[in-house]
Amino acid sequence: MAQVFAYLNHKNGVLEDAAMELINAAKAISSEPATAIVCGSGIDAVATAAAAIFPKVIKVDNAALDYPNAEVVRKALVNVIPAGSVVLFAHNTFSMDCAPGLSVKLNASFVADIVGIDGVDGSTLKVVRQEFGGVVSTHVGVDMSAGAVVAVRPGTFAPDESKAAGGAVTAADAGDLSAKRKFIEIVAPEAGDVDITKADILVSIGRGIEDEENIQLAMDLKEAIGNAAEVSCSRPIVDAKWLEASRQVGTSGCTVKPKVYMACGISGSFQHLGGIKGGLLIAINKNPNAPIFQVANVGIVANIVEFLPALTEKIEEMK
Amino acid sequence: MEILVCVKRVPDSAENEIVMNSAGNDIERDDLVYSVNEWDNYAVEEAIQIVEKVGGTVTVVTVGDADADEILRREMAMGAEKGLLLQDDAFEGSDCKGIATALKGAVEKGKYDLIFTGAQADEGAGAVGGMLAAMLDLPYASLVNKIELGDGKLTIGREIEGGNREMNEISMPCVLSIQTGINEPRYVGIRGIRKVSGVEIPVMSAGDLGVDAGSVGAAGAKVKKIDYFVPEKGEGAEMLEGSTEEIIDKLIEILKANGGL
Ligand SMILES: Cc1cc2nc3c(=O)[nH]c(=O)nc-3n(C[C@H](O)[C@H](O)[C@H](O)COP(=O)(O)OP(=O)(O)OC[C@H]3O[C@@H](n4cnc5c(N)ncnc54)[C@H](O)[C@@H]3O)c2cc1C
Repeated sequence: MAQVFAYLNHKNGVLEDAAMELINAAKAISSEPATAIVCGSGIDAVATAAAAIFPKVIKVDNAALDYPNAEVVRKALVNVIPAGSVVLFAHNTFSMDCAPGLSVKLNASFVADIVGIDGVDGSTLKVVRQEFGGVVSTHVGVDMSAGAVVAVRPGTFAPDESKAAGGAVTAADAGDLSAKRKFIEIVAPEAGDVDITKADILVSIGRGIEDEENIQLAMDLKEAIGNAAEVSCSRPIVDAKWLEASRQVGTSGCTVKPKVYMACGISGSFQHLGGIKGGLLIAINKNPNAPIFQVANVGIVANIVEFLPALTEKIEEMK
Repeated sequence: MEILVCVKRVPDSAENEIVMNSAGNDIERDDLVYSVNEWDNYAVEEAIQIVEKVGGTVTVVTVGDADADEILRREMAMGAEKGLLLQDDAFEGSDCKGIATALKGAVEKGKYDLIFTGAQADEGAGAVGGMLAAMLDLPYASLVNKIELGDGKLTIGREIEGGNREMNEISMPCVLSIQTGINEPRYVGIRGIRKVSGVEIPVMSAGDLGVDAGSVGAAGAKVKKIDYFVPEKGEGAEMLEGSTEEIIDKLIEILKANGGL
């Protein structure tokens, strides 16, 4: 049975929550105890936190790893991980940067953004992925005979919060960490004119709004509802420059927790849903099979270009 | 600046309703409408803007069959000077690594300062660029949403969580995967496409590329799609039904009850 490793992300001395999910992902692959890997500089506290979750922890402590530059981390991992291993990542912007290249260097198979593990059959790992924004799923067979690198979508496995692993930490040498890519700095997003995180009600529009001029329909509804409301959006609306970036909800935008979130013409990608942390989710979409209806509390099948003005009118009438 | 942009022909998710076939093991593919992967248009636009600034050539390449010709021409109509089609029965059934292996052959037949891919395509793997870079031993950065040209190097911004941007310096040649929003891809009209309809697009086979047929396609694939399915639906949303008026009345009740009005 292949040895399973889990690369753990951490920031400001704190492990990311995904660590508690990866231990359960590892258990779905092998009954052998999994090994966590933490890379960084001055990371004793993080390694100790990892040892509460994983029975074994490898700590790679090196000044060159102070910021997780994917090229440098990859070099460290190639030095530490034996051939034929299975390596787990949380699927995020770091894994997208590091994991595909790592799989080449380890001569292992690679599969990204899995949403389930269906078991192991000999040396084949059977995983579940989604396509077309979650409208359909696929079973995928991953040949693990020479090892595999697997990126797991956050939220796929329940977190193991018991923190009773009592694991042991061993230090490993990173080896040569010279790189052709150098980290400079993190630039925070510019603050916008509006703060959508403060609104009680978000009228959130997606690609289903169809035209730039239709943005006004959402603005009108917001005006009708009043002060507590604001207009937010999914990423394609920002990419098209129809609304400013500070209104984007999702993993690469804002995280919001309004009382009511009205998703209008939004399909429900995991990157978008990742920014909604609570409140009543109302989805309005013209496609009855839109994945957002699986996660919404209330669903309405409608063309938003017609529905939003009708709703606005009714609210105005009630005043 | 010589720039190679790797592009993919994908089912257009805005134009198709994706449904299962009657056998229940694949999606219905008969009437699918295809287009260029959304991310690739941003990669091609970025390449064109760089060449407009400092000179050079943009080449668009894809691994595909004769149908892929149309997407290469679309990107050429945007302003890419050359197209290149990697076509061979041996490529059929490739996993990401197989595609990267074919592209590596193409990169080695040319001399490029920059190689771009889209940040991801229809399968959401986002793997080909990173694999290609590792195979070529070139530096790589994913999810790039800002590029500043320097001398033999670039300063690039990567999109990371929460709208933050990770700035890096990267030496050339390098491979970058381009994220949406980095620019505004130019519009391509019928006239533009007509203009490039006569341009010859060279076709290269596995043999031309020096690629071992056993390392690509179904033969070389270690990651294989077994089937498609529609996952069992959970409880899902409470669906509001009736006339628009009735739905709006129910919705307003719900908004009131939840502090939304
Ligand atoms: C690294 C990375 C980070 C990302 N970060 C984010 C993020 O922070 N936020 C984010 O939102 N996305 C993000 N994305 C993009 C994400 O993957 C999706 O592409 C995006 O969320 C889709 O937006 P959408 O739902 O508006 O569009 P689509 O997926 O195109 O959905 C449009 C929906 O509108 C419906 N519709 C169409 N017309 C109408 C109509 N007239 N009336 C009603 N319904 C209609 C359709 O049925 C469909 O369900 C990220 C992607 C990557 C790779």
